[in-house]
Amino acid sequence: MLENIRLSFQGIWSHKMRSFLTMLGIIIGIASIISIVSTIKGTNEEIKNNLIGSGNNTVEIGLVQNGQTYWIYSSSDIPFGIPQVSDEVCDEIRALDSVENVTRYNYRMGGDSVYYQNESLSGVSMRGIDTNYFATAGYTIRKGRNFIEDDYKKFRKVLILDKTAADNLFPDTSPIGKTIEISKTPFTVVGVVELARHFEPVISSVEDYYLYANESSGYIYMPKASWPIVYNYDEPDSVIVRAVSTDDMEDAGQKTADILNKTISSSQTEVKYRADNILEQAQQLQDLSAATNNQLIWIASISLLVGGIGVMNIMLVSVTERTSEIGLKKAIGAKKGFILGQFLTEAAVLTSIGGIIGVATGIGMAQVINRISGVAVSISVPASAVAVLFSMLIGIVFGLLPSIKAANLDPIEALRRE
Amino acid sequence: MILKLDNIYKDYIQGKLVVPVLKDVCLHVEKGEYVAIMGPSGSGKSTLMNIIGCLDRPTSGSYELAGQDILRLSDRQLADVRLHRLGFVFQNFQLLPRMTALDNVALPLIYAGVHKKARRERAREALIRVGLEDRVTFNPTQLSGGQKQRVAIARAMVNQPDVLLADEPTGALDSKSSRQVMELFEKLNDEGVTVIMITHDSGIAGCAKRVVTIFDGELAERKEEVAQ
Repeated sequence: MLENIRLSFQGIWSHKMRSFLTMLGIIIGIASIISIVSTIKGTNEEIKNNLIGSGNNTVEIGLVQNGQTYWIYSSSDIPFGIPQVSDEVCDEIRALDSVENVTRYNYRMGGDSVYYQNESLSGVSMRGIDTNYFATAGYTIRKGRNFIEDDYKKFRKVLILDKTAADNLFPDTSPIGKTIEISKTPFTVVGVVELARHFEPVISSVEDYYLYANESSGYIYMPKASWPIVYNYDEPDSVIVRAVSTDDMEDAGQKTADILNKTISSSQTEVKYRADNILEQAQQLQDLSAATNNQLIWIASISLLVGGIGVMNIMLVSVTERTSEIGLKKAIGAKKGFILGQFLTEAAVLTSIGGIIGVATGIGMAQVINRISGVAVSISVPASAVAVLFSMLIGIVFGLLPSIKAANLDPIEALRRE
Repeated sequence: MILKLDNIYKDYIQGKLVVPVLKDVCLHVEKGEYVAIMGPSGSGKSTLMNIIGCLDRPTSGSYELAGQDILRLSDRQLADVRLHRLGFVFQNFQLLPRMTALDNVALPLIYAGVHKKARRERAREALIRVGLEDRVTFNPTQLSGGQKQRVAIARAMVNQPDVLLADEPTGALDSKSSRQVMELFEKLNDEGVTVIMITHDSGIAGCAKRVVTIFDGELAERKEEVAQ
């Protein structure tokens, strides 16, 4: 076998140009597939990273109506029959096996009543949070300080901005100490937070926009205790749970929603708690990108088929050229199996080299795609290995006919050829 | 008796016509003999050579080589016989141009499953035996006709066959090289190797210790040559 491989390399090397041209079909096919697979994998990883709580394993459990998120823009939007989440309910959620931590918050969409000096800060989301929020949702203090016990006890009018809001509102200066007016009540900014694992969503489609829209405008946080100063005291809570692992996210979200739904008055039939199924959303997006790219893979496979036929053609030429060599080998005692093995090995080595060059070219192409269009790429080692193995398989399949022809040559006839 | 051919017939079918090529050929060769089969072109000597070389099967007759009934063997077993019992020398050398002399000689040992190190050792010894120890790493293109044929003889001998079969071994050589090759055959024969050579050249046939002629597919012993 090793001898056959050595002889194959010798044969390929002695016909460099022809071997390269033979490999070209395989190289193009494999390179296309690798670059497509790298793009799919890159996009998928990006979707996953951007969506699945940046590795925080957090799930938001919020109110929905008819399957749509129930946004609260003003006090008239507050639904009836939904009590605030009590400490007991919180403890019950925290006791779930799949839950590591839990936090409650109130929220308002839009910032029409939020001003910095004369400027209305539209688009920001307001959240009134408990002491557990930043730890659970995976934020760290970037500037200033966190809320302290006194902020809650004394109903202090203090705010923390997330990095996006801080960058949008105070691009040139530090927000710490600045006064922001909320419903005509002045609040002081005491800190800026950002996600411990930061990411910048790439908006490249309408779907992406909807996914990241509420991330993009930024958040303004105040102590939950201070919420009724500007909003209402009986607004329903939303909940964020941090699951033990990514795999537990669905379970944690589902069970938390069930616990919360039990607290809702039986007369409230329209608005319910539901966990954001972020995994499902990611899956849908990944499926969408994979479906498009799978078609491209099929097209690239045609190139492999053409490449395979090219290999078969050249191997047939090679058998004809080396008829007398085959005759000699059979005359001096080579069995059919050996001749068959020799030609099959040669075809497999040829296409494997083509596959390896194809993988390298594909990786290069993926990098170029990344540079030019900004599409995320990620090289898949298993896919590369499979590509090389598949190339070898092409060599074996398309080399079979020429090899059988060689093995079955009549040595007397073969020796007569010059 | 190393080789025993009895009542060998070989017919070729051309369309509806049956063309007899060998007719009732009997040839017995003792171990250590040096036999030349001489005949003009079309006499059937190559067909006989192919049958002796286990490359072709006769239409009828019997063939024993080293006590083995050759005609009962499968193609696979015949390949083994060619590998272990026979050594071939061809008119046009049949060396593989991309390989060195050493690798060409070692080729049959690959099929015999000999390990690489032993293979190189034995191939080198065979080349020394034919006087080409200084041409081991040369490619066939770097060798003269006589040297190429000596490499081919080394390849035929490397597996220590019972019979060395040579088909017009000097057909492509000048007279000096031919003489050298003939001397090599004599030397090998003196060392105990059984040699069967096919030629149309009576001068070359004369180097053998026994000459049989073939004409129109029939074999005849040339007594006067034997007497010499």
